[in-house]
Amino acid sequence: MSLLSPEWTSILYLIAAVCFILALKGLSSPKTARRGNLIGAAGALLAVITVFLSARLDNIPAILIAIAVGSAIAAPISRRVEMTQMPQLVALFNGVGGGAAALVAVLELGNSEGPWVKVAVVFTMLVGAVSFSGSAVTVGKLQGLISSRPLIFPGLAVVMGAIVLAALVAGGFVVATGATGWAIALLLLGLLVGALLVLPVGGADVPIVISLLNAFTGLAVAASGIVLGNLLLVVAGTLVGASGTILTRAMASAMGRGVSGILFGAFKGGSTAGSTAQSDRPVRSSNPEDVAVLLNYAQRVVIVPGYGLAVAQGQHTIAELATTLEARGVEVVFAIHPVAGRMPGHMNVLLAEANVPYESLKEMAEVNPEFKNTDVALVVGANDVVNPAAKTSPGSPIYGMPILDVGEARQVVFLKRSMRPGFAGIENELLFDPKTTLLFGDAKDSLTKMLSAVNAL
Amino acid sequence: MDPITLLTVVVLAVFVGFEVVSKVSSTLHTPLMSGANAIHGIILIGAITVAGQTLNLWLLTVALIAVVLATANLVGGFVVTDRMLKMFAPRKPAGADTKDATK
Repeated sequence: MSLLSPEWTSILYLIAAVCFILALKGLSSPKTARRGNLIGAAGALLAVITVFLSARLDNIPAILIAIAVGSAIAAPISRRVEMTQMPQLVALFNGVGGGAAALVAVLELGNSEGPWVKVAVVFTMLVGAVSFSGSAVTVGKLQGLISSRPLIFPGLAVVMGAIVLAALVAGGFVVATGATGWAIALLLLGLLVGALLVLPVGGADVPIVISLLNAFTGLAVAASGIVLGNLLLVVAGTLVGASGTILTRAMASAMGRGVSGILFGAFKGGSTAGSTAQSDRPVRSSNPEDVAVLLNYAQRVVIVPGYGLAVAQGQHTIAELATTLEARGVEVVFAIHPVAGRMPGHMNVLLAEANVPYESLKEMAEVNPEFKNTDVALVVGANDVVNPAAKTSPGSPIYGMPILDVGEARQVVFLKRSMRPGFAGIENELLFDPKTTLLFGDAKDSLTKMLSAVNAL
Repeated sequence: MDPITLLTVVVLAVFVGFEVVSKVSSTLHTPLMSGANAIHGIILIGAITVAGQTLNLWLLTVALIAVVLATANLVGGFVVTDRMLKMFAPRKPAGADTKDATK
């Protein structure tokens, strides 16, 4: 039944591993990214074909049906889901990958020999379970099923410490006895650890946690490779673990946070929960026509898009507004905060979808010195990324996060749904500034009205 | 497997992993994370191996669940990454119409 010799199997797995390296390399540059992803998919396909040809497998029809079921579930969701909900989807796929690794490890427990292999089994189960439940909680937070506010209770650190200790003890017993009962206990404890690790994380930090859990799943897969004696799993898992760690640090530094601060900040007592109070202080609100006049006679407009724009599906309208203004000689650029949207780079994806040229998108470091020479800063559905509290109030949960200095522009216009605070749950002083104008309503609706008002001028 | 060989492979893979993503712009963080996410879906070959070696119905059931989950990770991961990256492709003005048609 096995068509391939072990040598050929190893060579084909090596080719697949090289494909994965090229995929990650390709994904690091906009020009080669798509090709890189396809190379990765080709490597994965090659590896799956190889596994069927290399060993004598029972239950092949059942396995093929399971693959068909998995594909039939995942492919349509991936194609249809709104781009705004993409972070949840990535977290979901990451979680099920971690779950699969944990299950593989449980099943291999009986076949594993030697203490080191058993340690790898325990590691895979624990980290896979943490990744599964942690990802489930992030999906819940992003989808709004669970409050995005940090969930903390007194004694959390003690509870967490006790559970981690219990998990290590259970893991020790699994290594010593190989008993299934201990393995199940270990899985359950791992699930608890994952949930408790992510629940205290504030909404704005969730993307970083997704990236971290992604690296965790990579490590679990690498350990499962040791369990199964499969070098491809070891290489692919380690690659993801290493690159995921780098990526997590890059994301965290884009937000001015340390990874450990995000994960363990809540445990140190000082709550990162923002104030929920809505103040009744007066703000200056306006109508779409006045804002249209303001924009039309400006020399230079900087648009700051945020998640609210994406939710309202207003990216196409804002692209049209920018084109119209440019046709009238107004200089329009988009200022993209590294974490605009729900994930780093998320807003670039959404605006690219709306055909905004790549050159109009300016990164924060590039655009911040130019706000002084800007007539109007148009903030659409963004809040935390322009909140001066990040610079001025050390007690604020977002303190230290780099922000876009829209306050330096001559006029600031906020398009907002309501006075509700942003994702991080804190109020924005800038809203009460005398040079700030607010335009309430659905972002797309307001933009459409502004667009027709500009056209009528 | 020889532990030293294994350690060598792991250490080299760590360095390769660090190196290939060290200079990525924040624009591509999301697709890169999604692509890396798809790659660890290769746990599928582990799930297939385990499912193919058991004759116990219960163990087979658990293994098949692992196959379904891993397939979702692998297939879904690559498809969603491709969908994100499609938008970065340089396009002609006419490209906008075809995209709207597929919605």
